[in-house]
Amino acid sequence: MIAMPRLSLDLPAIEVTDLRKRYKTVEALAGLTMTVGRGEVFGFLGPNGAGKTTTVKLLLGLARPTGGSGKVLDAPLGDLATRRRIGYLPELFRYQPWLKAREVLTLHADLMGLPRAQRGRALDDVLELVGLSDRASDLVGRFSKGMQQRLGLGVALLGDPALVILDEPTSALDPLGRIDVRTIIRTAAARGAAVFLNSHLLSEVEQVCDRVGIIDHGRVVASGSLDDVLGQSETQVRVTGLKDSDLAAIEPFGPPTLEGDRLSVRPMDAARTHELVALLVRMGAEVHDVRSGRGSLEQRFLELVARDRPPEGTPSAARLR
Amino acid sequence: MITIARLTIGEAARKKILWVLIILALVAVALTAWGVSLLVGQARDSGVDELSLKLGVSQVLIFIAFQFGFVLAMTAAFLGAPAIANDLESGVAQAMLARPLRRSSYLLGRWLGLSLVVVGYTAAAAFLAIAAVSFVSGYLPPNPIIPVVYLAGQALILLTLTVVLSVRLPPIAGGAIAVVAWGMAWLAGVLGHVGLALGTNGLVGVSDLGRVLLPTDTMWQGVIFGLEPSIVISTIGDQQIAQGNPFFAIEGPSPIFVAWAIAWVVLALALAIVLLHRREL
Repeated sequence: MIAMPRLSLDLPAIEVTDLRKRYKTVEALAGLTMTVGRGEVFGFLGPNGAGKTTTVKLLLGLARPTGGSGKVLDAPLGDLATRRRIGYLPELFRYQPWLKAREVLTLHADLMGLPRAQRGRALDDVLELVGLSDRASDLVGRFSKGMQQRLGLGVALLGDPALVILDEPTSALDPLGRIDVRTIIRTAAARGAAVFLNSHLLSEVEQVCDRVGIIDHGRVVASGSLDDVLGQSETQVRVTGLKDSDLAAIEPFGPPTLEGDRLSVRPMDAARTHELVALLVRMGAEVHDVRSGRGSLEQRFLELVARDRPPEGTPSAARLR
Repeated sequence: MITIARLTIGEAARKKILWVLIILALVAVALTAWGVSLLVGQARDSGVDELSLKLGVSQVLIFIAFQFGFVLAMTAAFLGAPAIANDLESGVAQAMLARPLRRSSYLLGRWLGLSLVVVGYTAAAAFLAIAAVSFVSGYLPPNPIIPVVYLAGQALILLTLTVVLSVRLPPIAGGAIAVVAWGMAWLAGVLGHVGLALGTNGLVGVSDLGRVLLPTDTMWQGVIFGLEPSIVISTIGDQQIAQGNPFFAIEGPSPIFVAWAIAWVVLALALAIVLLHRREL
């Protein structure tokens, strides 16, 4: 019987320090340092070419680092025995099209050394989890992309791995499928597994992740809990009739900035928004619009990774302004 | 390794490759038997003696073996060239290699599975052809196992070459290189025969070099020698015209070259493993 180690919450699931990867002239990773705890859902974000997939490959031992060090489940990167406890859904999920869905899972059960006694139940459970129970005997080659991705998710979750690495797990799924995936991720985390979620879908990450790391040019540019990364609450007011000299009176609410008719106070307690509006009215200003709250992950992401990036005229450049 | 070998054989069966090979082999054997029976019938009607008949049938068998060797070369190329390349390009390999599966086990498993398919096909088709020819002509090679083993060896060498190429090259490139290399190795062997007949050491050297680089011609010599009747070898073997005939061998391949052929396969697989280890997935 295979020894499934207890999912200790003391040691991190992933810990890399100054991890580097160079492909000839391209530096894909330029000193990546991050930690992912057990039982944690970690969102890994970054623009195309930032080094996300390279990081995943290094964690799995599919590529070798050119510098730095790291541990996955307390074993060196690429450790063969540790891969038994890692589930992986690749970005380009492709499985043998001439196999049936259940046969693909059986193959991976063989490769990971899942005991035969546990196999039947494990396969049934995972097929049900990803909603493929009634398609288990169908050839993978006849599956839609969404169904193949569901199968890949099943492969990744087979045998209750201690670490699940999902590279864009909902890229081929419809909205219902995406909700299913969020539930599946939460279930895996509740069991104690760490989930490393590589995704472009920021709203998805925002909904499901405990912590996020944002990578750009091969480096982590921000990481922490969503609160840490998104920062404190901000109040924005579209206002006319306000002068620079009035700003001093607003400072008790937080540091104000005035650009044209846009007044921003950041950080500011959202609960005091009505007080700020009342003050502005007393000062003789005209208030046209008030928005209060935390910025979205998308806004923060764009702030962090696109500062020096999108060429003028592109839609993302317009959103930054 | 066994899991991957089993998967590979299953793939060949599921993709209908095995069935196509079996049907083609049956058709080829039926046509061969029919053709040889016509030839033998006409020769006997014309009063050809038994020694000449044996020589004639053995030469027909060697021609068939040559044609079958070409079919095997193509089969090995078609099976081996995409074996690793397609898996890597499609991402199928990455999903498997993220498991506790060594790259060497994956590669050797693919090679072993394909080898069993190729050797099984070779043995079944060749024994069937020899049996059919024996049935219609009465001629059976001295030891039918020997030519079949060498024929399978030739296919295995080419399969190994394509598997090595498959680690780094796209399937079409790998397959084309393997078939061309097989043809050139055979041509080098022909030049060696001519060199022997003319006493030209340079040409013999070219032949030996060819057998070192790709030992398929060593195996081909074994096939020819194994299909010839022993009485024919002892009767005309030392004649210069026999030495110059690329479809005639006065002796089997030297043990040194046979040993090198085995070592070549082992070294080629080792090279393929190193190349796969170095490849970024």
